[in-house]
Amino acid sequence: MSEMQDYESSLSDVNSRKFETFSYLPEMDNDQLRKQVAYIISKGWNPAIEHTEPENATGSYWYMWKLPMFGESDVDTVLNEAEACHKTHAKNHVRLIGYDNYAQSKGTEMVVFRGKPV
Amino acid sequence: MAKTYSAGVKEYRETYWMPDYTPKDTDILACFKITPQPGVPREEAAAAVAAESSTGTWTTVWTDLLTDLDYYKGRAYAIEDVPGDDERFYAFIAYPIDLFEEGSVVNVFTSLVGNVFGFKAVRTLRLEDVRFPLAYVLTCNGPPHGIQVERDIFNKYGRALLGCTIKPKLGLSAKNYGRAVYECLRGGLDLTKDDENVNSQPFMRWRQRFDFVMEAVHKAEAETGERKGHYLNVTAPTPDEMFKRAEHAKELNARIIMHDYITGGWCANTGLAQWCRDNGLLLHIHRAMHAVIDRHPHHGIHFRVLTKLLRLSGGDHLHSGTVVGKLEGDREATLGWIDIMRDSYIKEDRSRGIFFDQDWGSMPGVFPVASGGIHVWHMPALVTIFGDDACLQFGGGTLGHPWGNAAGAAANRVALEACVAARNEGREVEKEGKDILTKAATASPELKAAMDTWKEIKFEFDTVDKLDVAHK
Repeated sequence: MSEMQDYESSLSDVNSRKFETFSYLPEMDNDQLRKQVAYIISKGWNPAIEHTEPENATGSYWYMWKLPMFGESDVDTVLNEAEACHKTHAKNHVRLIGYDNYAQSKGTEMVVFRGKPV
Repeated sequence: MAKTYSAGVKEYRETYWMPDYTPKDTDILACFKITPQPGVPREEAAAAVAAESSTGTWTTVWTDLLTDLDYYKGRAYAIEDVPGDDERFYAFIAYPIDLFEEGSVVNVFTSLVGNVFGFKAVRTLRLEDVRFPLAYVLTCNGPPHGIQVERDIFNKYGRALLGCTIKPKLGLSAKNYGRAVYECLRGGLDLTKDDENVNSQPFMRWRQRFDFVMEAVHKAEAETGERKGHYLNVTAPTPDEMFKRAEHAKELNARIIMHDYITGGWCANTGLAQWCRDNGLLLHIHRAMHAVIDRHPHHGIHFRVLTKLLRLSGGDHLHSGTVVGKLEGDREATLGWIDIMRDSYIKEDRSRGIFFDQDWGSMPGVFPVASGGIHVWHMPALVTIFGDDACLQFGGGTLGHPWGNAAGAAANRVALEACVAARNEGREVEKEGKDILTKAATASPELKAAMDTWKEIKFEFDTVDKLDVAHK
């Protein structure tokens, strides 16, 4: 058994801030991201991209990057939009959403580019 | 022509056994597993159950003729063998909807499982399933908010919710208890839970618990940037006291409260669920005492019926069993009642113990809660069995981490996210579980320590309440 470790997190340490699903895993590489996009498409969900300043991440509404990509089935198209959003808003969190219109909810949602922590 | 009165005792089957009856779409249907007394024919036993759970009594009375009993009576309309059991049989009984008060599970079950369970003509009796017609479902309030609204309130998508019951379940002071909550939530859990035994005892009165716990929730939210909750148990000795506690939870901006629907009672539960709808709080439901009623395979009420009862009475979460942990639960049967909690239409499926089609219309779904003796090694199976629409609760599996609650919480969160990510990638999570967790642990010392701690713990006892399957 390894020696006891402190669990470091605090109000003053900006790296303590998380952003829901997959934010406890290391940042995904491009290959891993492709598979998550493919999963959203395979479920029949509508991919969408949103972004926000990290200090405003806790609200329900982030900024939409264009409209959700209704019916989009090409993984590259979705990834390119995420990348374009990230390039335009380099300090912001960028998240990928799969809208499930039957459940009237998001089937999934994950931050794919992590902004500068605040 | 009008009937004439003739005093005396008639055989039940003359009135209540109707093998040619076709159930109406609006009938409430019930399937009972009956062990008759020796020498009592099946039809007579089935008819007796139909009679005693509806209009009948042991003798003819003159006031029977002041109403149309042929309309109001329960009808035993079918009998089936129980697979693998020569002594017992299933009886199917149809009840006209007008026998029951609208929106009242209290009234429905007072008839269906009232005196009849002590009736001498049957040795044992078990209510296996009930079909509630949509016409009746629509008279009930149901879950205050449901799965989709809860996801929006808590901002959790694409994965199961992660929780933990605070332990030790009795004896902590309110301030120390709040500490345990804070540590769990800052480490990465979404939700913590009052143990069902915690109400308002001398060692920790409810008001101090609520105050300290909500301070913990708010600090953990600020620290992690994520939305958190704690099920504040408002189960109380009286309805007035229950609502007083619920009002205080609301004043503290709690998002979710908790009730024990069997020990607290269905009248209190239905009232509290309506209050939660009106006040915007989610309602977590615990099921203390259920195994007294549902565990024996020959007598009582099957849990799938208690599940339907709760969905009608109202609750956003309900404990479902884990399949893999320390508590009783057959896998196929559990999958059956999980569907009953979450889906809008469930088809008859005897391989899962479901005897009737059940249409819930647009009534919201309930999050099944898997809790009891589970830890990180169970995560791959839990993700496979429950999917995303569930709340996975690790009590000892969080608090028993060698480095404390926050590390235990982080270990569970990493394990869950790793399993979900792998599932989305198309991997067979249950089969490849060890690889997935081992790899995830390379980036999480907390998970590594959890995996080392719980490697050997298993709960491999046979299930007592099995599905009925053929033996010859």
